Order: sequence, then structure tokens, then C-alpha cells
Amino acid sequence: PPAKRMKPRKVLLMGKSGAGKSSMRTIVFSNYVARDVRRLGATIDVEHSNIRFLGNLFLNLWDCGGQDGFMDNYLTPAAAGGQRESVFANVAVLIFVFDIESREFVADVANFAAVVGALADCSGTPGTRASRPSPQPKASDKSPASPATTAADTTSSSTVGKEAPKVFVLVHKMDLVPPAQRERLFAERAQHIRARAGPFAARTAFYATSIWDQSLYRAWTAIIHTLIPNADAIELLLQRLAAAIGARELILYERTTCLVVTSATRGAEQANPFGDRCERLSSILKTHKQSLARHTRSQPGSAHFRDFELRTSRFAWFVTRLTENTNLAVVLPPGEQLFNFARAGVAAARARFVELDVGGGGREVKGEG
Amino acid sequence: MQNRYYDGGGMEEEKPRLLLMGLRRSGRSSIANVVFNKLPPSDTLYLESTRDINKERMHSFMDFQVWDIPAGVSYLDAPDQDIDGIFSSVGALIWVIDAQDEYFTAIQRLNDTILYLCRRYHSPQHPDNPFDGMPHIEVFVHKVDGLSDDFRADVFRDIQQRILDDVADHGFDAAPIHFYSTSIYDATIFEAFSKVIQRLVPQLPALENLLNGLCSKTGVEKAYLFDVCTKIYIASDTTPGDITQYETCSDLIDVVVDISEIYGWERPDPEPGSFEEKMLAQETGNSDAEAMITMERRGAKCLYLREVNKYLALVCIMAVDDPAEKRAMVEYNMRVFARGVNQVFEVRPRLMEDAEL
Ligand SMILES: Nc1nc2c(ncn2[C@@H]2O[C@H](COP(=O)(O)OP(=O)(O)OP(=O)(O)O)[C@@H](O)[C@H]2O)c(=O)[nH]1
Ligand SMILES: Nc1nc2c(ncn2[C@@H]2O[C@H](COP(=O)(O)OP(=O)(O)O)[C@@H](O)[C@H]2O)c(=O)[nH]1
Ligand SMILES: [Mg+2]
Repeated sequence: PPAKRMKPRKVLLMGKSGAGKSSMRTIVFSNYVARDVRRLGATIDVEHSNIRFLGNLFLNLWDCGGQDGFMDNYLTPAAAGGQRESVFANVAVLIFVFDIESREFVADVANFAAVVGALADCSGTPGTRASRPSPQPKASDKSPASPATTAADTTSSSTVGKEAPKVFVLVHKMDLVPPAQRERLFAERAQHIRARAGPFAARTAFYATSIWDQSLYRAWTAIIHTLIPNADAIELLLQRLAAAIGARELILYERTTCLVVTSATRGAEQANPFGDRCERLSSILKTHKQSLARHTRSQPGSAHFRDFELRTSRFAWFVTRLTENTNLAVVLPPGEQLFNFARAGVAAARARFVELDVGGGGREVKGEG
Repeated sequence: MQNRYYDGGGMEEEKPRLLLMGLRRSGRSSIANVVFNKLPPSDTLYLESTRDINKERMHSFMDFQVWDIPAGVSYLDAPDQDIDGIFSSVGALIWVIDAQDEYFTAIQRLNDTILYLCRRYHSPQHPDNPFDGMPHIEVFVHKVDGLSDDFRADVFRDIQQRILDDVADHGFDAAPIHFYSTSIYDATIFEAFSKVIQRLVPQLPALENLLNGLCSKTGVEKAYLFDVCTKIYIASDTTPGDITQYETCSDLIDVVVDISEIYGWERPDPEPGSFEEKMLAQETGNSDAEAMITMERRGAKCLYLREVNKYLALVCIMAVDDPAEKRAMVEYNMRVFARGVNQVFEVRPRLMEDAEL
């Protein structure tokens, strides 16, 4: 049977011109290197990109040019010649980028308030639309999904019964602030911005970011996580696999962006002092992918490794492809026997993950078709 | 793998010394911090101007010192014994020229220094090595990232020409002067430093022999022996390489060091009776870290890294299509190679002991 194609999830990327929106987008999704983004020109109007993330999860990313004229146009209703309804309807996530260097912070915040207002008008607010009673359907094949929730999820463009959009605020270019001042400045800005987030205030997530370090991946991992419908089911499966092969940690990440989908950690590894290791790994692996692409003179999008093994006195590690769009990183205690055992275990589990790949990766879960 | 060995302790004067010299804001401190302290290049914007000679001692496969000498130190007017204090046991004098700025003043000062050293060390009675004992002059045409490719080549040629002409005018054609174009924003600064350090490694020919042998035996395309901390390579096989090969190998070190940092933390002992405890009782891990990456594309290269000792790692690019098949052979040869390197570095102390008997 043909794959069930999920409706693309609309993601708005907004903020003043020069704030860094296109830089982020191209680094996370188009394999640019941080130092290449200096060549990007200003974004004219809206640049759409359709990004295929896991399996059949499609993101429809709207990179909205931030020059004043465009901003006014987005906010003006269609009746008055603007694009308000088309831009702000059916939004799953709004990402608003503040440039830490901007000298017009007050104007930036006012702009943000106007955008959030338009979003509330056209896509609803947490208050009005949290009325939907059912929780996110668990895609675990064990618990039969109730018809009601399935229907709610596939409802077409009508805003009724859908989840309210989520708002992410990125305070960007933090690398330009001397390290000692970063935390205080970020907290200050976040407080001012939250005060103007209207109905979204309580549930807006704030991230300090820079294209020069892994903070970029921290923010985008969180954003993507809210868009993956069956993250819980995948995590459960990872937990079981980790226990079965004696792994200390398993990390499932998307192959193109290297963003972490989910992970499972067992035993002593839960005390690992690097609490930010998922975004660190995204950043490390992505950087390395680009290096490999340079060396093999291939497109960064196609420079994938088949296999990556690392053995040290304290741990062993390998990365292997799991499904069409994901790789699995496996962290093990040292030792050859366990290593081979784990490899076999992962190979055997592959089919289960293919079934769980969002949308079934071409195959429906048995019992429902 | 460990990744820091910085040590601000007392200076032992006999260690080879690298002098970093150049005009104000030429980029000396940035270079020292990026190469030896892992400072991200963009953070060099916050470096303060250097006032006093800044001496740092590096502990690695060999010990050496790096002296960052501010432009204000007027060493050429100082009494001779002070000048000797600066230049004696100097391994290399690295002169940094800001290629984005007006560079005539820098060239003028550099030429004064070169001529001073040439006069001091020149000994015409040794025609085969008339500058015996003179520190190598390493000219870094720096900050070239800001220049277009064409302009970069022009500036480099112009600077090189002006310096060599001046030296030749004074009859010192054979003076040991080398030129590099560098930037802290890419691998060029590491490549340049590698070449500078290699001139100071007496074991270089022996190491190159070992690396050449490894390449011919195992189908390795390019092999580097890296100082892990600084990502300077102290030797490579002698086939001509290009900078992307160096970058690929040095990036692999980054990945291995970064992942080792995240998962190499000291864990509590596993619970008695647990699965992990039973496994660990049976076998232990690699005492030297080892990593291998194979690519998905057919015919693509495979990358291999092996720790040789506390400071050094072998990194190579191989054209192995099915590494599983050749794996045992590769591993065997790499182990033999690692042993060879460690012997090369032990020879000297042993010879000295013999001499003392
Ligand atoms: N574009 C570019 N800028 C660089 C490079 N290297 C250094 N810089 C910048 O040049 C400026 C001066 O660098 P420093 O390292 O402080 O120079 P210095 O020679 O130590 O200067 P003093 O200590 O004041 O004599 C800093 O703003 C660096 O960021 C480079 O390769 N490219
Ligand atoms: N220092 C610094 N500069 C950044 C960062 N992100 C983007 N930039 C720079 O900001 C400028 C504008 O970025 P761009 O993505 O075109 O902004 P947009 O108009 O919001 O799409 C570019 O010159 C980028 O190099 C960052 O994290 N730190
Ligand atoms: Mg300085």
C-alpha cells in the first residue's frame, strides 16, 4: 500500500532582517558551514522550503524576509492587500529570532508582539484551542488508537480541533557577547520579550543561540521534538533495545540534519556530567559530515558514513544506519565480545524501527490496514 | 584521549624556543591561542594587546616554549648579551605580517631583524652550511582569509619578493627563510605550524621512513603522525599531499577527542553481579584508542586513527573497500608502526645514557 502521507507541518521563521534566520536555516537543513553564511543575501519576501525530515514527516518552513516593508505586508489583512491570513494560518511552530546586537530592541519586541497577535488571530491560542480533550495519540502499536484521536490528527485545514501553535524565541548571535555577560543579558531580554507574548507568554520557550556552537542544535532539537508525533513510542523501543544489548546509551538522530530525535540512557550513564551531550553530538557529527564531504568532493547531503567505530579503554561506540532517515549511535562498555553482540542486536532490531519511522516508512502498522 | 597539556610552570632554558614576532595587532596572540589553547578563532576578537613577553611552555612529544614578543620590545638596540638571551636556543623565529594592513613597516622591521641575525651567524668558512646555528625565519603572511584568491597570491608574492630581494642585496641569499600564507579561520595556520615544528624534530627522517613503509604495506593513501593536542603533524609520509587531506584527518581527531570527552568520564564501578560487571570482568577495552570510519558511497575512502602514545596519534586515509576483510591486516601493521614510533623516540635518551657510561 502507498505510504500514508502526513500533512506538512508549517513552521514560520521570523525576525528582523539580518537577525540570522537564513543562516540558521541553511546550516541546520542545507548543510552550510557557519563561515559560509556570510555570503547569503537578504531574504526577499518568503522563502519556502519543504524539508523531508523523518520518514514522512514533512516540514514546510517559511523563512520570512524581515525588512520592514515585508513585515508590514505579513501583518496586513488580505482585505487591505496584505498576506496576514495566508502567512499566519495553520501554523504549527513560530520561531522568532532576536539579534542580540540589535540597537532597536524596543522596536523588535513591538514587532514580536504584533506577530504573536496575528498568530493568535489566525492559528488560535493555547487557551482557546487546548479545549481538545484527547492527549497526543501514542503511536505505539500495542495500544489501539481511538478513532476519535486519529480523526482529529488528520483533520484538514480547518483550525478547529487542532493544537495551538508553539512559540520559540531565539536570542541569537550570543557569540558576540563576552562570555561572562551572556547569561544575565539573555535572562533580561527573555523577561522583556515574554511580557509581550500575550496569550503565548506562559508557554513560549527561550533559547540563546549562535551559529558558532552547539547552542543552535539545542534550540532546533527542541523545535523538531515538538513536531514528531510518535516520539514517545520510538523512545520506548530504544529503551528496550538498550537493555537487550547492554548499551549504556542509544542516540537516534536524523541523518541529514544530525538533529537528535530521541535517546535512551541506562544505569550509571545517567550520571554523565555532560548534560548537553545530545546537542554536542549533533554539532560534532554535522561538522564531521561536512568535512567528509569536502574531502570526497561530494555534496554534503550525500556524504554519509556507512559506519563509525571507536574503541577506547573506557567505552566503545559505533554509529550505524537504522532506517531510511535515521542513524543510531550506540555507547557500550569496552570489550570486543559485547561490541559484536550489540552490533548483531541492532541489526536484528532494525525492522521494528522501520515500522515506527513516522508514517510507517511505506509500511502501515499491521492490524490497522 | 587527553586533550590538554598546558603548563605555566617555570621555564627550562634549554628547551627549543619558538618566537612569535610582528607589529601590533598582527595576530601573534591569536595564533598562539588558537593553536595551543584551542581558542575558537572568533573569540580572538576579545584578546587584549600584549604588553610583556608572554612565555608558555608546551609539554608534548617534545618540550618547547612559545614566546609571544610584543612589538614594543626593542631587542635590536639592547646590549649583545640580552639579545643572546632572546635568540640563543631559538628553534624558529615566526614573523607575523598582517596581509590585510599596510605591510611596508612590518617588512622593514623584519628585514632589520633578518640582517642582524645573518650578520651574527654567517660563517663563510663553511660554504655548505654558512648559516649554521641561525634560527629559521618563518614568515607568516597572515589574515589572508579577508583577501580574494587573486589578491592573496599577489600580496604573498610581493611580500616574499621584497624580503628576499633585500636579503640578496646584502649577499645573504642562502639564509634560511620560509614563507606561508595563513589564517586562524582555517587549517592553514596548523599546516604552517606543522612545517615549522618538523624542522625541529631530529627524528623526522626516521618517522617519515616508518610512515612510507606503512603506506606501501597497507594501501594507505596518506598518513600523518599528529600531536593530538595541537593538531600539528610532526611527520607524514612523503607523497605529496593537499590541505584537504590534512583537514580531513585533523577533523577526525576532533571527532574522536570530542566523543571521548563526552563518554570517557570516570564512571562509578558497575554494580556487582550486573551484566556490565560480568562483561568487564572478562575483557578490557583498547588501551590505545582506535577509530575507523567508512563511507556509504562506493569507492569512497576510509579513515583510520590510532593512538600511538600519550601525545601522538596516527591518522590515515585508506582506499579500503571492505575494511572488515582487511581489518586484521591493517590493525597488525598499525600496531607494528606504533611500536616503531615509540622506539624512535626512545633512542636518544638511551644513546645519551650509553655516552655517560
Ligand atoms: N580576519 C582575520 N583576523 C585575524 C586573524 N588572526 C588574528 N585576527 C584578528 O586580529 C586582531 C589582533 O590580533 P592579536 O592576536 O591580538 O594581535 P597581536 O599581534 O597579539 O597584537 P598585540 O598584542 O596588540 O601586539 C584580533 O581582532 C584578531 O581577531 C586572521 O587570521 N584573520
Ligand atoms: N556573530 C554571528 N553572526 C551571525 C550569527 N548568525 C548569523 N550571523 C550573521 O548575521 C548576518 C545576517 O544573517 P541572515 O541569516 O542573512 O539574516 P536574516 O535576514 O535573518 O535571514 C550574516 O552576516 C551572518 O553571518 C551568529 O550566530 N553569530
Ligand atoms: Mg597580542
